[in-house]
Amino acid sequence: MTITLLRRLGPPLLGGVVALGLTLPSNAAEELRIGYVAPTTGIFAQVGKDMVDGFQSYLDEVNSDFGGAKVKFIVEDEQAKPDTAVTRAKKLILQDKVHMLVGGLLASSGYALAPVSTADKTVYVVPVSAADDLTQRDLAKYPYMVRTGWSSSQPSHPFGQWACDQGYKKIVAIGADYAFGYEVIGGFQRAFEACGGQIIQKIWPPIGTKDFGPYIPTIRQDADAIFTLMVGPMSLQFPKQLAAAGNKKPVIGGGTSYDEFVLPSMGDEVIGHVSALQYSAALETPKNEAFVKKYRAKYGKVPSYYSETNYTTAQMIHEVIKNNKGNFPGAEEFVKQVAALKLDTLRGPVTIDEMRNPVQNIYIKKVEKKKMFGYDKEELWNTVIKTYPNVSQFGQFNKDEFLKTPVYSRDFPPCKFCN
Amino acid sequence: MKSQHIKVLIVVAALAAIAIIVPNTNSFVILLTTRALAFSILVMSLDILLGYTGLPSLGQAAYLGVGAYLTAILATRYQFGLGYDFWLVVVLGILFAAALAAIFGLLAIRATGVYFLMITLALGQCAWGLAYRWNSLTGGDNGINLRARPKFGIDLANEVTFFYLVFVLFAVSLLLMYTLVRSPFGRSLAGIRERELRMKILGYNTWLHKYIAFIIAGGFGGLAGVLWAHTAGIVSPENVVLTTSVDALLMAVLGGAGTLVGGVIGAFIVFGLREYLSTLVPWWQYALGAVYVLTILYLPTGLMGIPERLRQRRAATGNREDVKKMAPVTS
Repeated sequence: MTITLLRRLGPPLLGGVVALGLTLPSNAAEELRIGYVAPTTGIFAQVGKDMVDGFQSYLDEVNSDFGGAKVKFIVEDEQAKPDTAVTRAKKLILQDKVHMLVGGLLASSGYALAPVSTADKTVYVVPVSAADDLTQRDLAKYPYMVRTGWSSSQPSHPFGQWACDQGYKKIVAIGADYAFGYEVIGGFQRAFEACGGQIIQKIWPPIGTKDFGPYIPTIRQDADAIFTLMVGPMSLQFPKQLAAAGNKKPVIGGGTSYDEFVLPSMGDEVIGHVSALQYSAALETPKNEAFVKKYRAKYGKVPSYYSETNYTTAQMIHEVIKNNKGNFPGAEEFVKQVAALKLDTLRGPVTIDEMRNPVQNIYIKKVEKKKMFGYDKEELWNTVIKTYPNVSQFGQFNKDEFLKTPVYSRDFPPCKFCN
Repeated sequence: MKSQHIKVLIVVAALAAIAIIVPNTNSFVILLTTRALAFSILVMSLDILLGYTGLPSLGQAAYLGVGAYLTAILATRYQFGLGYDFWLVVVLGILFAAALAAIFGLLAIRATGVYFLMITLALGQCAWGLAYRWNSLTGGDNGINLRARPKFGIDLANEVTFFYLVFVLFAVSLLLMYTLVRSPFGRSLAGIRERELRMKILGYNTWLHKYIAFIIAGGFGGLAGVLWAHTAGIVSPENVVLTTSVDALLMAVLGGAGTLVGGVIGAFIVFGLREYLSTLVPWWQYALGAVYVLTILYLPTGLMGIPERLRQRRAATGNREDVKKMAPVTS
């Protein structure tokens, strides 16, 4: 065998990959570095874009100036995979020396990023990832984390009551098979069964399911309504296939099933579907109307809750930094000050409870085709049909009793009325 | 044999360079290199099957998953493997993964070619299904967070210390696999790859050879998993999903199957582009795609095939020059 060129080149090549990393960023003063993690590639890229655009639109509005501090906004792609999220968070902390981490889409990303914040004593602001236990049973583990978005089951608690008020007795739930799905459906089940309803079946397609053909025929025919919880591309696919299968039952669902990240791409089959969330692009307040118009002019689509929650998160961070005259007050103090904020935001008044989760309005929304905000075309909008004001993550339940029960899972609450 | 010695020296020099340069770079590069090294063990284990035995497996991530989940479950539930017993976890990870490979192998080894590919793919997805659906054990899609790295005299929470540990285990794995493929056993694997029927006629039990290679590859996959769990600090179904297996296969092919070191180069290139370039530019996916396409088009034998092709070209041009020299004489 001969001496081969590449094997000679091997060491410098490997060294080269390594040497790329030798260029360290400089640390300018008066700079607030915000490390942002969102999926910008893969099946959740559209959601990731809304997240980043939402945050960016606030930065543009204030010219990236937070009370004198220049904001450096560094976005990293987490690909909706928890271990990528961890690597990227480490990059932001170690290499970019960020003051805080913001972002993370899926429950799994939230649960993966929170321990990083604890280990590296870095603030983690959670605008999207809604995993209940971050601000419930696991709160003590994450002293540097504060949530500015919502917890998964928060809109479900009033929504379950609403379903009872509509006279539904038996409901079939179908939802993405992961923590967020368990929590949205679990919260709905707890509230719905507390007021006399029955969940008679739970179906769990894996997250990212593209074909619901095997699941739809198994939906029990004696149900009064179907509760769906979809995320990402699943949201678009499920109602299409459900309509094609000739469904005549009312359909209600978690907020992400009909959120505006996907609503403009949906067909008329979703008209009349009802969902619950802390935001709707169709909120008729002057503030929101201005936001929707501005956002749409810039990014070519209406903002989704992903856009709004990140816009609001940026606003909250701004508020705290401004109160500190442009200085970052340190991780512990920052979290404390965010938790003390009382703000009037796009989604309505927001305060943060002692477990660092927002207390906010929950809107029951119905998909309607109509003209809004002076746009001349008929489009799908999430019209607010009922508002539950100032809902905490425990909703109508007693906090202490709530925390004694386990976190919602595939088996909790148990499906007492199945079969 | 002298050239073989030089090749070995070059690899040793490259490893030494990594061991010296990397700890002096910034911590993110150390983290990435650690990840790439841990994953390289999986790629090399796959190369034993793909490159040396001719078995293209699409389920190698399952063994990484066994090692990783075992580590995570023992550490979070039983606080086991966080001291000197870490080494026991390493052994257990290898044994469990090898045991799974022994079961999967019984089903998969009878098939060859594309059928082998399909069966390993299906078995790999079974492992993913378990990881995703068995919530009480694996935490489902949330996965399992490891809160601490082992501490025994040395503290592995320190990234540099941990890098050295992974580096040493990587080097040992490389040495063991290198010894394996150059042993008589490894030679007969290559024989099976080239022409199984002939090996059978010569009296070799080719099924047993392939089966043992499959188990050994599984064991190394388990080792990669144990290290991966502590590198990332989180184990989730993403580690077991099909794309992880495909990644490993692509890295092996990119670097050059049947070379062991090729897989490592492939892993470093992919990690470099996907994890590092992606933090710098948004078009990293095009770069990665271009590397794959160009390799398949122009270098079917992978990057490790470049020297051989250069040599052939040199030989070809050399021949033409010989012809030119001869031309005046004949005219």
